[in-house]
Amino acid sequence: MAGSESYPDDLRYHPEHDWARVDGDEAVMGITWYAQDSLGELVLFDGPEVGATLTKDEAYAEVESVKAVSDVIAPLSGEVLEVNQKAVDEPETVNEDPYGEGWLVRIRISAPGEVEALLDAGAYRAHIAEL
Amino acid sequence: MELIFEKSQPGRRAGRVPSYDLPVPEIPAELRRETPPRLPEVPENEIVRHFTELADRNFGIDTGFYPLGSCTMKYNPRVNERVVGLPGFRDLHPLQEDEGAQGALELMWELQEILAEVAGLPAVTLQPAAGSQGELTGLMLMRAAFADRGEHGRNVIITADTAHGTNPASVTMAGFELAKVATTDRGNLDLDDLRGKVDDRTAGLMLTNPSTLGLFDEGIEEVAEVFHSRGALLYYDGANLNAVVGRSRPGDMGFDIVHYNLHKTFSQPHGGGGPGGGPVAVRAELEPFLPAPVVVRDGDAFRLDHDRPRSIGRVRGFAGPFGVFVRSYAFMRAYGAALREMSDAAVLNANYLLARLKDVYDLPYDRLCMHEFVLSARSLKREHGVTALDVAKRLMDHGIHPPTIYFPLVVSEALMIEPTETETKERLDEFVDAMRSIAAEAATDPETLKGAPHTRPVRRLDEVKAAKEPVVRYAFEQPGAAATIESR
Repeated sequence: MAGSESYPDDLRYHPEHDWARVDGDEAVMGITWYAQDSLGELVLFDGPEVGATLTKDEAYAEVESVKAVSDVIAPLSGEVLEVNQKAVDEPETVNEDPYGEGWLVRIRISAPGEVEALLDAGAYRAHIAEL
Repeated sequence: MELIFEKSQPGRRAGRVPSYDLPVPEIPAELRRETPPRLPEVPENEIVRHFTELADRNFGIDTGFYPLGSCTMKYNPRVNERVVGLPGFRDLHPLQEDEGAQGALELMWELQEILAEVAGLPAVTLQPAAGSQGELTGLMLMRAAFADRGEHGRNVIITADTAHGTNPASVTMAGFELAKVATTDRGNLDLDDLRGKVDDRTAGLMLTNPSTLGLFDEGIEEVAEVFHSRGALLYYDGANLNAVVGRSRPGDMGFDIVHYNLHKTFSQPHGGGGPGGGPVAVRAELEPFLPAPVVVRDGDAFRLDHDRPRSIGRVRGFAGPFGVFVRSYAFMRAYGAALREMSDAAVLNANYLLARLKDVYDLPYDRLCMHEFVLSARSLKREHGVTALDVAKRLMDHGIHPPTIYFPLVVSEALMIEPTETETKERLDEFVDAMRSIAAEAATDPETLKGAPHTRPVRRLDEVKAAKEPVVRYAFEQPGAAATIESR
């Protein structure tokens, strides 16, 4: 199902296995290859409403696999502009392409300073090597 | 195997209902069904064979080793069934008045007394029908106590990041907010993290001790002090009580409310969905809020006390799951003063398995364990692509029920093993041999593991499909639709 392990250099990472692709005052967010691999094939993505306010480090959605239900942690604070309907309809998309078709939400960033506190790809790789 | 519906032929039957010779009551036309129910039509011997074949495919504690961590699948002594079948217990009507049910009430009162001693807390309700209902009852008792004190702002319950899923579910159901506290590298609650989270909004803590890692929290008295110094309460989830009976008491650790699982610790049969029993014990200050009725003793007589004006009310019909009380009481009395040997043997058996397996599986928390322990298959996964799920499925080929896997969530590729107290050394050694041979097989023949089980009635099930497209009823309209599920 999933492609091979990767952590693209153009993303920023949260230690709870979430990524953010920052573009101006917006960001697209999702879960990392490590997260989808640990969970196994997803059977449900229960996302937030458009317009919801996300707070960094707090849960904003749930993903469910046959192993477990897990909270998805927000790497950045902001307002939800769009939820990926494909991830809702076909949650296995998140496994197949976690950084592309399997993105979860697009937000308007409310605290730009939070971006700098996130890990870069190298730091995130070092983080998961210790787990 | 065919479903019973597929064995059905029109006109076959297993028995005849005597003809009805009383006036037929008039059922309003709008309440009558238009078509007869589509019940299977099968002769009696084929029904017996059908269900015998199903039973033969079943696996239970009477079939083999069942080391299901966190669920205490212990042997159910047969003497319990003999006692619960005594006519005075078996034929008792739940509305029998107290004078005609003195023996039953005495048994319930004595059970309350024993449970109170086990918890180190004075007052017990037997009503809750399961651990989950015990949790909800406990949280409602907390709310009642804070309301009584006028402390309406206490709305946060703290659980461990290793907690059973029922804990956060109960917190939400009882209308509290949830906060989680981290676990240290030794498997204890992180006291620094905890101190930062407990304040005047904190209602209390929900905790298993030993934890779901099978580890006794070494800082439990400090944990209790953190909560009590802020006026908050501590709730003990009794899922892991089998580790400590007669050795340490939750009340002495500082817990204010405790639930027991009679279907785990005290040998009520547990498979097949119950019935369970989840009594709750509390400190004297909380006693007025317990559900009504409770069993009280007046001299030599026993009665159900309904006159409890500050009670949170009933949490279950009648006085609780009575058959469960009889079996658990019989179990306790069979041990007598030696009840602590139950927990001693459970802890010894778990440590024996741990000592014999920790060189071939990862052991994230290398300490003496209590009644269960958590291994990890992370090295097998990294080196051979073999997961905890593969190990669990392969154990079935060895005639062993798999342990709990992928829980607690803080351990990757977790295998949570609880042997219970009654297994012989030979049976434990068989399990060790199976686990060691599977670890060896991961290196030499990983494909066999990934395809397991190979010798059971069904092979590896498609769990994702089952979760996404569950088929939960027989589709008469599409002959063969259900059969395709069976014929895998």
